[in-house]
Amino acid sequence: MIPGTFEYYRPSDLPEAIKLLATHGDDARVMAGGHSLIPMMKLRMADIPHLVDLQDIDALRGIEVSSGTIRIGAMVTQHELIADEALLKAAPIIREAALQIADPQVRYVGTVGGNVANGDPGNDMPGLMQCLDAVFTVQGPDGARDIAARDFYEAAYFTARADDEILTSVSFKPQPGGYAYEKQKRKIGDYATAASAVLIARDGKVCSGASIAMTNLSDTPIYSDAASQALIGSDLGADAVSAAVDAALAEIDPAEDGRGPIEFKKHVAGVILRRAIERAISRA
Amino acid sequence: MNEMTPTKSERAAALKGLGTSRKRVEDSRFTQGKGNYIDDIKMPGMVFGDFVRSPYAHARVKSINAEKALELPGVIAVLTAADLEPLSLHWMPTLAGDKQMVLADGKVLFQGQEVAFVVAEDRYIAADAIDLVEVDYEELPVLVDPMKAELDDAPILREDIADQKAGAHGARRHPNHIFTWEQGEKEATEAVLSGADVVAEETVYYHRTHPCPLETCGCVASMDKVNGKLTLYGTFQAPHVVRTVASLLSGIAEHNIRVVSPDIGGGFGNKVGVYPGYVCSIVASIVTGVPVKWVEDRMDNLMATAFARDYWMTGKIAATKEGKITGLWCHTVADHGAFDACADPTKFPAGFMNICTGSYDIPTAYLAVDGIYTNKAPGGVAYRCSFRVTEAAYFIERMIEVLAIKLDMDAGELRKINFIKKDQFPYNSALGWEFDSGDYHTAWDKAMKAVDYDGLRKEQAERVQAFKNGETRKMMGIGLCHFTEIVGAGPMKNCDILGMGMFDSCEIRIHPTGSAIARLGTISQGQGHATTFAQILASEIGISADDITIEEGDTDTAPYGLGTYGSRSTPVAGAATAMAGRKIRAKAQMIAAYLLEVHDNDIEWDVDRFVVKGAEERFKTMKEVAYASYNQEIPGVEPGLEAVSYYDPPNMTYPFGAYVCVMDIDIDTGEHEIRKFYALDDCGTRINPMIIEGQVHGGLTEALAIAMGQEIAYDEMGTHKTATLMDFFIPTAWETPHYETDFTETPSPHHPIGAKGVGESPNVGGVPAFSNAVNDAFRAFGVNHTHTDMPHDHWRIWKTARDLGMHD
Ligand SMILES: Cc1cc2nc3c(=O)[nH]c(=O)nc-3n(C[C@H](O)[C@H](O)[C@H](O)COP(=O)(O)OP(=O)(O)OC[C@H]3O[C@@H](n4cnc5c(N)ncnc54)[C@H](O)[C@@H]3O)c2cc1C
Repeated sequence: MIPGTFEYYRPSDLPEAIKLLATHGDDARVMAGGHSLIPMMKLRMADIPHLVDLQDIDALRGIEVSSGTIRIGAMVTQHELIADEALLKAAPIIREAALQIADPQVRYVGTVGGNVANGDPGNDMPGLMQCLDAVFTVQGPDGARDIAARDFYEAAYFTARADDEILTSVSFKPQPGGYAYEKQKRKIGDYATAASAVLIARDGKVCSGASIAMTNLSDTPIYSDAASQALIGSDLGADAVSAAVDAALAEIDPAEDGRGPIEFKKHVAGVILRRAIERAISRA
Repeated sequence: MNEMTPTKSERAAALKGLGTSRKRVEDSRFTQGKGNYIDDIKMPGMVFGDFVRSPYAHARVKSINAEKALELPGVIAVLTAADLEPLSLHWMPTLAGDKQMVLADGKVLFQGQEVAFVVAEDRYIAADAIDLVEVDYEELPVLVDPMKAELDDAPILREDIADQKAGAHGARRHPNHIFTWEQGEKEATEAVLSGADVVAEETVYYHRTHPCPLETCGCVASMDKVNGKLTLYGTFQAPHVVRTVASLLSGIAEHNIRVVSPDIGGGFGNKVGVYPGYVCSIVASIVTGVPVKWVEDRMDNLMATAFARDYWMTGKIAATKEGKITGLWCHTVADHGAFDACADPTKFPAGFMNICTGSYDIPTAYLAVDGIYTNKAPGGVAYRCSFRVTEAAYFIERMIEVLAIKLDMDAGELRKINFIKKDQFPYNSALGWEFDSGDYHTAWDKAMKAVDYDGLRKEQAERVQAFKNGETRKMMGIGLCHFTEIVGAGPMKNCDILGMGMFDSCEIRIHPTGSAIARLGTISQGQGHATTFAQILASEIGISADDITIEEGDTDTAPYGLGTYGSRSTPVAGAATAMAGRKIRAKAQMIAAYLLEVHDNDIEWDVDRFVVKGAEERFKTMKEVAYASYNQEIPGVEPGLEAVSYYDPPNMTYPFGAYVCVMDIDIDTGEHEIRKFYALDDCGTRINPMIIEGQVHGGLTEALAIAMGQEIAYDEMGTHKTATLMDFFIPTAWETPHYETDFTETPSPHHPIGAKGVGESPNVGGVPAFSNAVNDAFRAFGVNHTHTDMPHDHWRIWKTARDLGMHD
């Protein structure tokens, strides 16, 4: 469990980091908290001759909450997400989800940027960001651009970010209304057997907005528009909930692993999603 | 007596002897990170060894090319079987009478097997060099399922012994078959089964798991070519045996070998065996002339050093209509992996599996165990248990539950009807053991009362009704277990390891000022020996435990002993300690009598002193006697105050306990929640109640892990699927429930202080309690549902519910 040899860089600003990526091309990779990357290097599944540590770049830090948008720097740790009171008010689902990631030790160093950029289907933040309809800002040699979270994930470990781009922040709108992040895992520190993020807005008795995404049930996060649509305009009664669950389940494609066979995962996905929807409704 | 004189009970309390919850003296260094573990050992000029391991479960090794690795700066040597062969060290004997490859000799037999040993200036260079060693493999068909080992198309794994019709434990009927071990009366048992009112049958699989100690295995070997001495530091649960084995293997005279076990971060049986890493480090140190360190990483540990369990136990249990058990039959297929490297006493190839009649008076029984080779790592060690006792306890405690279902009887009641009664001890079991003592009914009744057993059953019945009414999706399980262990191996008449009798030892030296050092043949891996053995001695010789140093693990200074595993330290070395203490006292009595100018028989022992009978004010404390022994000429008595005892136990000890687990199970997600866990342990005389409680907590948590998720799994290609802690379940504080501990105290009649050992009881009894709770939750659903196998992780529990139609 010892990584191969690598050069270590610690640039203090973004342009310098981008330049390092441009110089070393495929041989370079950025590192945030390192809690996904370093294990891969130790297992020698990732061979990274040039490692660019982002932790000294202040521009990648900070949480800004304003009435119109929330912007979270890529290097904000999961612990900082949990601790931020303004963020809790504006989008409480973030804390609920972040508390279900790994354990406190991992959360002190694991970052938002690393979690969403990694492209691992097991990460919880990608599904969460799709549920929030977040936008990822990336910056490369040709400047910055925005990519919608819902368009970002192509396949396991393949994303719309180019190799020479660095993700700088994620932004989304404040989310009033009901929310829930529900996750089943085998133990503390485990990735999800199934997880789902749900947001529900209500206008009187009628559902005025809904967003549903699921984690670790396919090789990318699953944002289910059909499931969301099944709720919008409904009375959020049992039939509507069942329709939403069925719609979401039609889109998942889980793989067998140590957590169990496919059939089990599909069943659990349904249970977890239903619980998430019901909890979100109860809070809407 | 004036006011200043402490009372007898004050003097006794000051000793911190038996029964005191004395704080662990080890913990000040452990909790400050000041322990000295194997990887803390650094020697001048030390280099590092690491293994090239097989990616395949079964393959021929056609060639090994180390050229590129040797070109890497900092690489010193790459050892292969070809280098070890001239020394006859490419294979080594196992503790179970088999032999094992040190480095791949022409083929590999499991994934992770050691193929070549790279020696480099640091461990980082060694890791890089491993990637540069080119091994040409030719894959062979893989045997993973032991049930298929003897089929016509099964690949033959051990070509080296394919023609041998007999092994260390008798006849072999197939090249993949290791032994058949039979105990009890086959025909008599079959006759009982065929004539019985009721026979319950079940196949109970105790899955493969791993001790996974916090600290992995490792060593530092240092051959001093000037004085010809080999020093070997290592994570050894049995340092003295390692010295003997090292001497026999290497040809180095035993007095020229010093083996040292420093602080050890948990063993649980994983550190009993002899591993290729030790042999290669020794050879590499001889070759290079500098110290060589080898330390496993977690994946190495989980993939290659000893696993535990992997027993397929098929049972039949016969009873009368009223529930009196009349016979027990068990056939076990034991998956030993590629080599038979179990660490059992020589005459017991399946350990003490013949304790499988449990706590019950079963007149007739038969056990047969077939050992089988497969393409998996070798091992089969006693993971926090005495030689296969966990398997035996799990088997009988599941069979009792299965029988209760068949009889439509309460499983607690069924146990009570069949317990060995207090007045039957010493009790001779049908499978050959003499249970020294026990009072099962008292313990059981106390447990049932403590948990309000009847109330729990009532609540469970209501829950079943609520489920049927569609009001809940959570089922409630009540897991019962009454286990009997057999620990403290063991009497030399039937217990040895590599010919070495399983005695143990203690050597005591009292210093002139009345403090002492005691050295033992055992070695703590976290059990707290430095604390508890001092307590035993304090009560024996009247010197405060705080003034007694306990030392273990250095073969140059400690007396020979067989080490620490199988809960044997207190039953055997603890007995030796008491006996050596009594020798000290006997000599001290002569000295005291002389000092008091009375006859030896005119004084008596009183806590920490000898007093003249009938004249209490005339006394000599042990401290005074110690001083006198060094500074005064005493006629007919040698100076000094020392003693040594080698203790050959007359029998095993038989700790027991009554455990109850109450669990809620979510049938939709397979998740569980442990609402209550009550553990009553009877380990005889209680030396340190706090340490006992700590041992029970730790052992129960390991039991929880094993029952609820921990597993070593292979796919059909023999690829290891659980080689990291992401997939190999180790509970955190979060998953660990609250435990209620309790006790009864039935001293062992043959142990000098009546103690029986406790470290392993909670694992032995805990696993059946957790597993029975899961199975019990489903008892009300489906008559044919009698058993589901561990580990009871989410998807397996879910599958049980689905198979019973509970999701429909
Ligand atoms: C024991 C354990 C349990 C865990 N459990 C969970 C869990 O339950 N749920 C969960 O979601 N995660 C879990 N994780 C992962 C953890 O949350 C990681 O920290 C996170 O996935 C990655 O964040 P990081 O900052 O550590 O990224 P790193 O490991 O540093 O990087 C991950 C990847 O993202 C890339 N990257 C990082 N930052 C950027 C950036 N700004 N721009 C472009 N690319 C970037 C890196 O190059 C790398 O490829 C667990 C980790 C561990 C060790």
